[in-house]
Amino acid sequence: MATNTETAETIRSLTGEYKYGFVTDIAAEQAPRGLNEDIVRFISAKKSEPAWLLEWRLKAFRAWCAMEAEEPAWANLRYPAIDYQNAYYYSAPKSDADRPKSLDEIDPELLATYEKLGIPLREQEALAGIAVDAVFDSISVATTYKEKLAEVGVIFCPMSEAVTKHPELVRKYLGSVVPYSDNFFATLNSAVFSDGSFVYIPEGVRCPMELSTYFRINAAQTGQFERTLIVAEKGSYVSYLEGCTAPMRDENQLHAAVVELVAMDDAEIKYSTVQNWYPGDENGKGGIFNFVTKRGACRGRNSKISWTQVETGSAITWKYPSCILQGDNSVGEFYSVATTTNLQQADTGTKMIHIGKNTRSTIISKGISAGRSQGTYRGLVKVLGGAENARNYTQCDSLLLGDKCGAHTIPYIESRNRTARVEHEATTSKISEDQLFYCSQRGLSQEDAISLIVNGFCKEVFKELPMEFAVEATKLMNVTLEGAVG
Amino acid sequence: MPSLLEIKDLHATVGGQEILRGLTLTVEAGEVHAVMGPNGSGKSTLAHVLAGRPGYAVTKGEIRLQGKDLLEMSTEARACEGVFLGLQYPVEIPGVSNMYFLKAALNAIRSHRGETELDAIEFLKIAREKAKLLEMNENLLQRAVNVGFSGGEKKRNEIFQMALLNPTLAVLDETDSGLDIDALRIVSDGINALRSETRAILLITHYQRLLEYIVPDKVHVLSEGRIVKTGGKELALELEKSGYADFEKKDAAAMTASA
Ligand SMILES: Nc1ncnc2c1ncn2[C@@H]1O[C@H](COP(=O)(O)OP(=O)(O)OP(=O)(O)O)[C@@H](O)[C@H]1O
Ligand SMILES: [Mg+2]
Repeated sequence: MATNTETAETIRSLTGEYKYGFVTDIAAEQAPRGLNEDIVRFISAKKSEPAWLLEWRLKAFRAWCAMEAEEPAWANLRYPAIDYQNAYYYSAPKSDADRPKSLDEIDPELLATYEKLGIPLREQEALAGIAVDAVFDSISVATTYKEKLAEVGVIFCPMSEAVTKHPELVRKYLGSVVPYSDNFFATLNSAVFSDGSFVYIPEGVRCPMELSTYFRINAAQTGQFERTLIVAEKGSYVSYLEGCTAPMRDENQLHAAVVELVAMDDAEIKYSTVQNWYPGDENGKGGIFNFVTKRGACRGRNSKISWTQVETGSAITWKYPSCILQGDNSVGEFYSVATTTNLQQADTGTKMIHIGKNTRSTIISKGISAGRSQGTYRGLVKVLGGAENARNYTQCDSLLLGDKCGAHTIPYIESRNRTARVEHEATTSKISEDQLFYCSQRGLSQEDAISLIVNGFCKEVFKELPMEFAVEATKLMNVTLEGAVG
Repeated sequence: MPSLLEIKDLHATVGGQEILRGLTLTVEAGEVHAVMGPNGSGKSTLAHVLAGRPGYAVTKGEIRLQGKDLLEMSTEARACEGVFLGLQYPVEIPGVSNMYFLKAALNAIRSHRGETELDAIEFLKIAREKAKLLEMNENLLQRAVNVGFSGGEKKRNEIFQMALLNPTLAVLDETDSGLDIDALRIVSDGINALRSETRAILLITHYQRLLEYIVPDKVHVLSEGRIVKTGGKELALELEKSGYADFEKKDAAAMTASA
């Protein structure tokens, strides 16, 4: 570790003062601003990674340098150019000493939101990043969890731990669904990924509990370049929950995560996300830029991957969870609610690539736009020549709250097999005055009426979420849209 | 004791056009009044103005509910004070179950009255009871509000809501239209069961037939935005025979005279 600190010091002395530094007092735990091969080496060294992984990161970094002109410009998103050399790519998790000691030290606005979401006090403390020992022994929670999983042979740990403990698995699957050269943001992630989750479900095992990143809050701060890999062996099943409904504050503006899923024969992966990063204020100031690559490979016959997402946060969202339906009879599903308010922009959707025979996919997308925000659904359904009898059903509904926002639906359909059937339905509606009047005539306030109508609109997606998550998502929706309609 | 409902010289415009032109009407507690009148005479407008629908501007006159100034109140405040409007065209709310919707509504009204909110089980008990009264199929309670309901089912659902919410003033806009003969009887029985000393009902209808089931204390004829004639239940029979032509002429004559 000493050498790493030295490296940091050296690089720091070369680059000079931190003009905008945020955590200056633990600067040694943070790589200096900017991105070059040394930073990539620094990150890898910090994590004591094996040589092959460093090589992989470096290949990605070189590929990314060559891509610089390829930052996607096709999305319906407007944001100032990101200066990648003006960002930080590594900062160690805060040590307990640097964390707030009690809720008194937390932004009251954030606490008010926790309150509205009905999050228990102890969890509020954990979410707000209060030092572990001051809150509860999360280690013991994690331990019971781990023991139960270990009994059935499920591996669920931070990616950095998997790299050292299960190198053969990581090496085999990392980048096998989203290759390091896949796209601008995924390539950047491959070069500098911080941490994330690794999940391995052995053959025939039905994971005995829902795996939630929530339980890992204190275990590892995943940082801005999260990397997650889930492998479900033959006949296994897992339901994975990412994120939580409480708003996540993060000083890092740029987030570029990668999630890879692999499902073998008869395996099923259900991946649910609630994304509630800081969206910026009502004038569009601040907020996270979220560029995510999520992809699942249904490698085996009869395998199934199902993405369910509730997106309410981030200033910019660029995200297309996809399924590659390789195995015959495999199934891909995408259920999404994307809400934008104020000046938020979201360009999100999915890709369903039908390769195997009798592959089926379902896409249900619900977009809700309020304020001056813009929401875009962008989806690709591609049927390759060998995908006999492939089926897709797509339904995209947009709901506009107010008349300064926008909703856009951009479906791409490419079918190379005559036996395939692809159906697409789209609607755009406003909350009608009739509906609002009906509700208020029955005694409901305007806000309750809107949340009722919106939650009804999202129902088909919410019902795909695990139970408690669905309840939280409903509340989240209400808090998100509070005051969204004047 | 102030009257349950007192409307004085009410003028209201919709879309910049004056529809109600000096309407005066008083209803006492315990009474049922029928309001009849030709298409476009302003019956639904009156109903919406009473409920406080946005877009309906009152330019003159007053409305008092048990002495309280209704015009001062928002739509939801009026509902909480006991104004219920059974709509001529009930609205669909996809994805929201009827039960959920009504529980939210009832609890909003209860909390306004300072009563405790009902939990799902307590609510369900009351809802089942009222559904029985209207012989309403229980699966309609679980389905999304009015979505895919037949015309008659929608109307029945309105009266079911009325039974649950226990209003002080119920304004029922053409609740009878779209009901088959059996449904008409069931819904009418339901409404009759809801007649009470502490409640007033304003029945808007085109058909005398409804008034055979629900016998009104008074019948009013609305024409061109004001009440042009008031009588007992026999007035409805008279109208059935001779139509509204007389009133319209008289009304036009009155207007020229006053001009
Ligand atoms: N938003 C609006 N803009 C302009 N005119 C309107 C609007 N709403 C209603 N009107 C007009 O007001 C008049 C009264 O309508 P209202 O619906 O009150 O009639 P009604 O007596 O209920 O008729 P019916 O028996 O057909 O239900 C009609 O001429 C109608 O066209
Ligand atoms: Mg009418």
